[in-house]
Amino acid sequence: MTELTSLTIAEAREKLKAKEFTSVELTESYLKAIDAANQVFNAYVAVTPEKALEMAKASDARRATGEVGALEGIPLGIKDLFATRDVHTQACSHILDGFKPKYESTVSQNLWDDGAVMLGKLNMDEFAMGSSNETSHYGAVINPWKAAGSNQQLVPGGSSGGSAAAVAAHLCAGATATDTGGSIRQPAAFTGTVGIKPTYGRCSRWGTVAFASSLDQAGPIARDVRDAAIMLKSMASVDAKDTTSVDLPVPDYEAALGQSLKGMKIGIPKEYRVDGMPEEIEALWQKGIAWLKDAGAEIVDITLPHTKYALPAYYIVAPAEASSNLARYDGVRYGLRVDGKDIVDMYEKTRAAGFGTEVKRRIMIGTYVLSAGYYDAYYLQAQKVRTLIKRDFELVFDAGVDAILTPATPSSAFGVADEDLASDPVKMYLNDIFTVTVNMAGLPGIAVPAGLDHKGLPLGLQLIGKPFEEETLFRTAHVIEQAAGRFTPAKWW
Amino acid sequence: MSVDLATVKRVARLARIAVTEEDANRMVGELNGILGFVEQLGEVDVAGVEPMTSVTPMDMRKRTDNVTDGDKAADIVANAPSTDYNFFLVPKVVE
Repeated sequence: MTELTSLTIAEAREKLKAKEFTSVELTESYLKAIDAANQVFNAYVAVTPEKALEMAKASDARRATGEVGALEGIPLGIKDLFATRDVHTQACSHILDGFKPKYESTVSQNLWDDGAVMLGKLNMDEFAMGSSNETSHYGAVINPWKAAGSNQQLVPGGSSGGSAAAVAAHLCAGATATDTGGSIRQPAAFTGTVGIKPTYGRCSRWGTVAFASSLDQAGPIARDVRDAAIMLKSMASVDAKDTTSVDLPVPDYEAALGQSLKGMKIGIPKEYRVDGMPEEIEALWQKGIAWLKDAGAEIVDITLPHTKYALPAYYIVAPAEASSNLARYDGVRYGLRVDGKDIVDMYEKTRAAGFGTEVKRRIMIGTYVLSAGYYDAYYLQAQKVRTLIKRDFELVFDAGVDAILTPATPSSAFGVADEDLASDPVKMYLNDIFTVTVNMAGLPGIAVPAGLDHKGLPLGLQLIGKPFEEETLFRTAHVIEQAAGRFTPAKWW
Repeated sequence: MSVDLATVKRVARLARIAVTEEDANRMVGELNGILGFVEQLGEVDVAGVEPMTSVTPMDMRKRTDNVTDGDKAADIVANAPSTDYNFFLVPKVVE
């Protein structure tokens, strides 16, 4: 018998339905796998075995009565950014020490309402600020992938590094993640998994620890395109508790898979050909173009002239919003408190001890660009540039383009504690160069594995779609997946 | 534009983050690195461009003004470092 943890969500769904095994058995297999391997990967910061088994038992009982949800009995991992009632929720920050909310995020509640089982909380960059998962208070996550002939530990990307590593190493059937500048798509690309950031407003942000509210969106990381489609269908909803969630019906994304690309127009933006990009990324891109052409799509060259300004604009807008959102961590209502001689001293000492270096850096940048005398030069200018970035996309879509194909990342996974990246924050930020435009414009973007580089490490392609046309992305990504095949790391753990 | 040590200390004060002399000195370099990177935005012609306020054109959804939640003081203070009778306790603010 094959290991139960090797099954995709779609496969497990069929076998649970055929009563080949129960949700309790499937959940036990995952708990055993986590027990054996989590010390290697550090993907989970809290495992919840009792809760998992209790939820699995309840799921089996529901199934016995014929009540079967879309994710009935499927064990999932939840990024530590999502509030989960009475369970560790700290955004992997020291400042939220011991925080166990008395409420549940809308996204996770949607999953439980559809019958899913929670295995635990997944590691991430502190407050989702990072591209390597190394800013976590709980330490780095290790990528299940290694370069051929090398024993070097690689990062899984970030900020959803725990989610990506757990999915790639089969420590959960699928995982929730969030994406503010690339935090779903970059780790998916680094681990050979599929990650989609839906259109801004598709998933409720309620109960998700806020980083940059105008950019944050939840989405799944999964083993293949079909699983990502199944998960997003459950996660997405309109929500009275988040006025930016959109009141549009959630389509059956899975039904989009296998549909023809005939008559579709795919845009190739010349601005994504950046200096110093490895040749194999360009070659992968060309392969992707050929696959989509073979499938009947028309390929057109397009221009998105403000692309190069997306990352600098992001590093004004996101820290500005973060400095405001993170003002709430003051040692009064939750988490860490460091006593001081008066209340301001307490605030300052608590925040100095509770926030890590990267988070402090971004709060400082945000506070500076919003401070008197600098607002117009920085924040207002960045928001105007953001309008232009969005307009670039609108012009392309108005000209008949259905989706845009780009590389997902400028490189494959890099080493843990890379000195070059650690010494220069801006170099680390450049990881998001292909993904950040999508957040700035609020569009949906999917990363799908498309090949391996010369080191044997996964590389991904990104598809960008029109607002609320996630179906087009699933349909197109599925064609790439069919052509490229799926990629699983050789088990060394 | 670039920041000096005094500006870093002032911003840290505004952000309510205690910084040591060493932290502040390190931050001068780091923040100037980032500010140098974002400087290129200045070259974009934004004449007549409206700043973005929302990525999706939408009207704010409103709800009727009804009480939908409440009566859970114990839940609200459950995670606080210091409480008494369902109040948050803080160091003395008013002399």
